[in-house]
Order: sequence, then structure tokens, then C-alpha cells
Amino acid sequence: MSVTIEVIKPGALTTLQDLGRPGFAHLGIPRSGAADRGSLKLANRLVGNAEGAAALECTLIGPSLLLHDDALIAITGAEISARVGDEELPLNSAVSVAAGGLLQLKTASAGLRSYIAVRGGISAQPMMSSMASDLLSELGPAPLRAGQLLESGEPTGEVPAIGVAAVATPEDEPLLQVIRGPRDDWFADEAFELLATSRWEVSSDSNRSGARLIGPELPRVRSDQLLSEGMTHGAVQVPASGQPIILLADHPTTGGYPVIAVVASADLDAAGQLRPGQKLRFRLN
Amino acid sequence: MSLPPTIRPAGDHSILIELEGNDAVQRLAARLQAERGELEEIVPGHQTLLLVWARETPSLSEVEQLISGAQLTAEAMPEPSEVELAVNYDGPDLAAVAGACGISPEELAARHLACRYRVGFIGFSPGFAYLLGGDPALQPPRLAEPRTRVPAGALAIAGPYSAVYPRSSPGGWNLIGSCDELIFNEAQNPPALLTAGMAVRLVAK
Repeated sequence: MSVTIEVIKPGALTTLQDLGRPGFAHLGIPRSGAADRGSLKLANRLVGNAEGAAALECTLIGPSLLLHDDALIAITGAEISARVGDEELPLNSAVSVAAGGLLQLKTASAGLRSYIAVRGGISAQPMMSSMASDLLSELGPAPLRAGQLLESGEPTGEVPAIGVAAVATPEDEPLLQVIRGPRDDWFADEAFELLATSRWEVSSDSNRSGARLIGPELPRVRSDQLLSEGMTHGAVQVPASGQPIILLADHPTTGGYPVIAVVASADLDAAGQLRPGQKLRFRLN
Repeated sequence: MSLPPTIRPAGDHSILIELEGNDAVQRLAARLQAERGELEEIVPGHQTLLLVWARETPSLSEVEQLISGAQLTAEAMPEPSEVELAVNYDGPDLAAVAGACGISPEELAARHLACRYRVGFIGFSPGFAYLLGGDPALQPPRLAEPRTRVPAGALAIAGPYSAVYPRSSPGGWNLIGSCDELIFNEAQNPPALLTAGMAVRLVAK
């Protein structure tokens, strides 16, 4: 049975996300999809969906959603208070909510992005095989707005017997592993020293395209212009200001700033949970 | 004698291959597109090809094998398909660019039209094609202050590149004209009119 969800308050920024639209970067189309893919997959698994089903990605301040039908949901990602009425819901768990329940997410206390999966997935018109909302390219559904009605799809797989997952809370000061290159020859040795030893702050200018960092200027040994080249998820790009940017899910497919290092795959989800004002460190491999 | 490609790791899931020029990029991209294997993305740049895997990158020797022969300039390439774009030279920066090049706006238009262009790569925004092959005497730098809004269809030049903005967006290129052709349409398959390697001929509207 399908579930109707009414958006009472959309929260700070709530979008529909799945695992994105890989395979189109050569046309200038970013992959997009969940900024923390692991949390999206987990939320889906808990309610018996395919891992890449569309779910809601909330940013810092979560939405208020009125469930018009009985629903099985799961909330993963950031540490956040979620309630139905007076009842506090456990995170990283499959939870049944009765028809008429008002699901309210507050403000994340650790991490940035929460994922709300509903059994059956959220349905929307796919654009190039994905329902992901790409805010940079303005492809896919627009962010949620008050009064909007969402519909779940038809459930397919079985609901797993165990509906709780043990998950570590996002760290206060994460240590992200980075791998040197591809443009390490554009930087002075000092730049690597600074990258690996500094405490960086996440700027409030950050978004789904990139986490901008504030810290010491990373000195270059070349001042000429890099010819535009393909950019990969997790690339630590250094513009002329010397202040690095970690490229996230909606990052542009090409760029003209040299990439000093790239975040290791294992830490990409943690990069997607960086919140403005938060501190982080890099470990250079 | 041509230089062998340089293989640069880009994290644990991507590799950036630096080639001697855009022709070599097109040749390698075309070959890898045909035998995609486990590659998730093949992204041409001006002189590079970014390869992205859904898993960890293969070993250096596997990558070397994958791209072997890319430096052979004699490698046969299929004749690129050609697209014709009808343009008007009516952009707000036309007079300034012509002035900076020491020619009249009419001469700039004539010389810009006379070039044979090829799509070097797509980037910046969906369907935004960097056209190579422009007149080396017409290479104005980007604007010092980018515009917050460039209209869809604007014909623009910056450095060695020409382009038609597929959609309205911010932009720092010099706007010299306009084009009515729909460059990007997400409802179509493929959504982008221009792809890397295509030949592009501009004609006066």
C-alpha cells in the first residue's frame, strides 16, 4: 500500500536523493545523489527497500511530515531528535508510525545530513535514471516545500528480521584520510605539511557541491592557469585563495583549480556530514 | 616523437591521464567508451581524461594496459559527426572584444564564423561544450567581474574557447552573440546536443 506524506514544514533544506545518476559526467552532469551514501543505503535496508531507493535528505534542521497512512520508516545519518507526537524515535531503526502521525525532526546535534527512508521508497519522476535533486545543475525534483504531498512507491523486498543497526555518531572532529595528487606537483612541500597538520574549519559557504574550508593558505609552486580537467568526488581543490574545497555529491564535473589530494572512498560519507563551523583534520596517505 | 601519457592517481577510485593534446584525449575516450568495462565515468578535459571506477582503481599495470597505444597518433579515428549552429553576432561584449583585438565588430564576426570548431570537452554546467579551434588572434581573457546571469543561448568566448551557454547561469565569458538552438534538454536522450569530439560549424543566421 502506498503512503501519502504531507510536508508541514520543509526544514532548512530537504531534498529527494538516491544513489544519483552516474555515467553522465562527460555531458557535464554531476552524479549527485545522497551526500552520505552509506546512511541512505542503511535507511533503505532497514525498511526493506533496495539500497538505492529514493529517500529524503535533510540538512541540519529537519522537516515536519504528516503521515496520512501507516508507514514503516527509518532515520539515519546525523545525530538528531526525531519525534512522533511525544514519542522520541530511535535512530538507525525501523519504526512503525500509525496513520495521522506527525513526524518532527529537530536540529542535528552532530553531523549535518539526516536520511528518512519510507518503506516502498519515495516516488518521483526519474530524470536520467535517478530521482536525485541536483542543486548545482537544477536537475531532478526541487527541494521540499510546505504543503507538498509525497507518495511512497509499492514495497518490494522483505522487511529484515533485525530492524536496528549499530552506527557510530558522526565525530566532532573527524580525521579524513586523503591521498596525494593528482596535481601534487603544483604545490610546495609546505602545502602538504600544512594540509596534514592543520585544524581546518568548515565554512558556512559549504553546500552539496562542496565543503569549503578555512585555514592556512596552501602555497603553490605554479601560478599559471590549469587547463580544465575532470573532477572526482572527494577531490580537495585549491583555488587561487589557497583555501581548499572538498568536492561533494553535486560537484561540477570539470574544474580549473589544481587538486592537491583526494579523500579516500572510506571517508567520503564523513565528508558529506561536515557541518559549518565544525573542525576537521586530514591524514595524508 | 609523441610523449607517453602520464598516469596521475586521483584518490583510490579515479585516475587522471594526462595526454599530449585534445586529439589524443578524444582518441582514448572513444576507445574506452567502446570497451567501458567497469568504468563508471570517462570525463574528457582539455588535455586529460579522468577515469572513475565504482570500485578501487586497478593496478598501475592494468591501467597502462588499458590505455596502451593512446600515444600512437596514427590510430584511426572515426570521422566526427558535424553539427551546424545558426548564430547572430549581437552580444553585449562584441564591440569591446573587437576593440581589444583592434578590429571592427563585423570583422570579428567574420573571423569567428570562419573557424572550424571541435568540442574539446563538456563541463561547467550540463551540456556546456568548450569549443576548440578558434582564431588564435581572438582570445580575450575572462571578464574581471563575472555576470550573475548570462541568458541561455549566449555565444561567448574566453581564452582559446568558444561556447554557447546551454541555460541561463552565472558566467564570466565575453558575450559576442546568440544562438537559438536548444543545447541541453533533460527530457531528451541524449540530453546534450554537443558531445566531446564533435565538429561544430557556425553559420550566420
